[in-house]
Amino acid sequence: MSDLTTTPRLVEAGTSNTSYIGKPTSRVEGPAKVTGTAKYSAEFNVPGLLYGYVVTSPITKGRITKINSAPVLALEGVVQIFSHENVPSLAWFDRNYKDDVAPGGSPFRPLHDAEIKFNMQPVALVVADSFEVARYAASVLEIEYEQEKFDTNIDLKRDEGHKPGSGKTGFMPPPPPRGNPNDALKNATHRIEGEYIHGAQHHNPMEMFATTVEYHQDGKITAYDKTQGVYNVQQYITKIFGLSKDEARVVNHYMGGGFGSGLRPQYQVFLAVLAALELKQSVRVSLTRQQMFSFGHRPHTLQYLKMGTNPDGTLAALHHHALHETSKFEEYTENVVNWSGMLYQCENVNLGYQVAELDVYTPLDMRAPGAATGSFALEVAMDEMAYAAGLDPLDFRIRNYAEQDQNMKKPFSSKKLRECYHEGAAKFGWDKRTPEPRSMREGNQLIGWGMAGGVWDASMQKAAAKAIFTADGKLEVLSAAGENGTGTYTIMTQIAAETLGLPLEAVTFKLGDTNMPEAPLQGGSWTAASVGSAVKNVCTEVGEKLLKLAQKMKGSPLKGASIDDVHFADGQIRLNTNPSEAVVIRDILPASGEEKLEVESSAMPNMIKQQPYSMHSHNAVFVEVKVDEDLGTVHVTRVVNAVAAGRILNTKTARSQVLGSVVWGISMALMEETVMDHTFGRYMNHNYAEYHVPVNADIHDIDVVFVEEEDDKVNPLGVKGIGEVGMLGVAAAITNAVYHATGKRVRELPIYMDKLL
Amino acid sequence: MIQQPTNTSGGATSLPAPPSAGSVTLTINGVQRHMQLAPWTTLLDALREYADLTGTKKGCDHGQCGSCTVLVNGKRINSCLTLAVMQEGNEITTIEGLGQPENLSPLQQAFIDHDAFQCGYCTPGQICSAQGLINEGRAHTEDEIRELMSGNICRCGAYVGILAAVKEVVDKQSSK
Ligand code: FES
Ligand code: FES
Repeated sequence: MSDLTTTPRLVEAGTSNTSYIGKPTSRVEGPAKVTGTAKYSAEFNVPGLLYGYVVTSPITKGRITKINSAPVLALEGVVQIFSHENVPSLAWFDRNYKDDVAPGGSPFRPLHDAEIKFNMQPVALVVADSFEVARYAASVLEIEYEQEKFDTNIDLKRDEGHKPGSGKTGFMPPPPPRGNPNDALKNATHRIEGEYIHGAQHHNPMEMFATTVEYHQDGKITAYDKTQGVYNVQQYITKIFGLSKDEARVVNHYMGGGFGSGLRPQYQVFLAVLAALELKQSVRVSLTRQQMFSFGHRPHTLQYLKMGTNPDGTLAALHHHALHETSKFEEYTENVVNWSGMLYQCENVNLGYQVAELDVYTPLDMRAPGAATGSFALEVAMDEMAYAAGLDPLDFRIRNYAEQDQNMKKPFSSKKLRECYHEGAAKFGWDKRTPEPRSMREGNQLIGWGMAGGVWDASMQKAAAKAIFTADGKLEVLSAAGENGTGTYTIMTQIAAETLGLPLEAVTFKLGDTNMPEAPLQGGSWTAASVGSAVKNVCTEVGEKLLKLAQKMKGSPLKGASIDDVHFADGQIRLNTNPSEAVVIRDILPASGEEKLEVESSAMPNMIKQQPYSMHSHNAVFVEVKVDEDLGTVHVTRVVNAVAAGRILNTKTARSQVLGSVVWGISMALMEETVMDHTFGRYMNHNYAEYHVPVNADIHDIDVVFVEEEDDKVNPLGVKGIGEVGMLGVAAAITNAVYHATGKRVRELPIYMDKLL
Repeated sequence: MIQQPTNTSGGATSLPAPPSAGSVTLTINGVQRHMQLAPWTTLLDALREYADLTGTKKGCDHGQCGSCTVLVNGKRINSCLTLAVMQEGNEITTIEGLGQPENLSPLQQAFIDHDAFQCGYCTPGQICSAQGLINEGRAHTEDEIRELMSGNICRCGAYVGILAAVKEVVDKQSSK
């Protein structure tokens, strides 16, 4: 029964304890993660579980001629072997296999036919009643192949690149040349040119890809899958296996790192669903660390830059051309060179971008795809140019500061790169640098100081959320977003709590389930803007409903007030004009007799507001290296990374994102490279012992500076995203610091010691 | 080319049968568990797949990453590099035994306070390893902690926070 006669409690006005946005709130899911109670995809131990183990191809190109299944099937505990020989007929058309972010071309279909297109292609799935038996059985499955000649070396394809089509979401072909780049270069006062190279790199999140498919009595399935997008996976498996959305639920509450590797559905989800549907039993398929090198990577890329300056140190001309690998079946693209047309002011620019097809798996977006690659080459070239023109590298950049985006011919919605330069340089002590190479040392250690910077897109996608407010004063908010270390649980909880003036403890945010309203893929640094806006909207709508109910309470001080006349803080709805006139939010539903309020809402980018602007985040990185003069070993002893990324929702988790990005930059500069043996077309160092990433002893002082930046155009929250921009410029700044320390200009990553001796 | 040739003599072979399971008793977090395990089951798989203690993580299965670190009689080991049957009679402590969400250990609390993780996947291994390091009593300075925590990879790159968290607890313990 509705009881609107309860008199509202009157409360003291005061400063709000429920403003959480921008605070260093500790991760709300922290206790689950530090106690091992957070469940990742391979950790749902459902009853009657079978285990699948993947067999991958040892050859690079050719055909399977024979699979000798019989002796393996005879082993005790082996349930089935799936291969192209016995896969049921599935969807036929390519479009059924295309996920939301598939590039142009024809997607790889696991176990589709006898053809081998790349090394370590999955060729069979052995299913057994224990993991150990499946692993053993897979190790003794005899398969015969016919081999063909293959191409895996981009170095031999320098002249066979072609301009790609625009098949991939987010890909922007480079803008046409502007000005007169050839003449301008010829007439320049100082000129440099060079080739910049890095090899393939693999994401290698700590958690290996895995899917646990729970097979329900009624034939429906729940797939606990390692993915950055549960909806993307759901549409992929429903289209291939002819299931309805109701029959295939996809869940991911925690992802043990993604970095782009989980943007596309990977083959283990296909295999696990296939086996579960065929066997009508729950199945888990986990990849091995070696198999983590069998799908998707940052492509091996060759870049060529030419630059020239005018007598006053301004850029006269800039040419930047990139060529990278793609597979023979899909055309992977990323924006490598476009950044060079917008980071600095230059009237004469020529940008070129090509891909070449190789017998490898299709590359895959990896943290700051394209920009991490392009900013390395551009920012090392800028350093070379500064030295050639006799200018300080920082001063040279400031002289060429771009006040508008010359690619798009649009102003920036906001740009605080200059402040990044100044605040970063001040914190680092850049003014104490002596410019000549080898001019700073400590005993046997050559000291080098280098800097660089970068630019990344600030984007927003459509997202939806649901909020349920219950009579006990608790709020639950749901959206099928992802959490892979980015802090999604925490920032969404902060936004919801602050919007409704509730204590954090009263709010629970849930994510990663196709039973929840749809959210975009967890990537592109857009989750905070997209899902955050949806959460804010849905909570605002709950607030409007609460206000209406509060106004019906007897003697309500809020009678006649519009939503703009009140604010939500400290568990109360308060009048703006007199905050001591308030209603306690917890009292509203009990008074109204309602048990709960449930609202669903969404948020979309405001195209009209955004259209006139170029929207980007920026950063500037300052690095100190110490290089052992005799051994050539490089240590990154100090880093200052100044980032302008709009409003920072949580200074603690955002700082961690930037710290992690710096570690990635150090890794890219000094360690990471997947090395291919072209005799076999196979990656040689496909494990954590030989694919080097930094450990604790490799990491020293890292300082993160968030430059204040207000932007009311990007989205209502004013956030630009923080997951990728922090990585930009790091590898280049290290390379530049190594030059300053040693006088050796390295243009090929990683910088191993042999390059310095 | 023939992958994994099992039949070198040309005739039909039958493959060696998988070993059969036997009873094994493990003491995990102070509780005796009677389990049916084959001799080839690693301690890591025994924990995750047979005891439903999934807090211990698998990041490589080859002793290369440290995600699977647990304490055996107080010493940190990679649980992927030992067989479960070899650990009968030993005290095995996993992350679940160090603390629970409502009863966090000092290290677990420090990891939260210093945001010493992002995705959280390496975290149980880092915390068990840090507990082992404290038990060893060798590391005191930042450099020593960095060095002796370097068997645990964190791909998210949370090393700055990990160092701060471990240092805080090490300092507190030594001031006692
Ligand atoms: S899983 Fe044991 S060290 Fe990696
Ligand atoms: S927190 Fe993700 S690997 Fe360490």
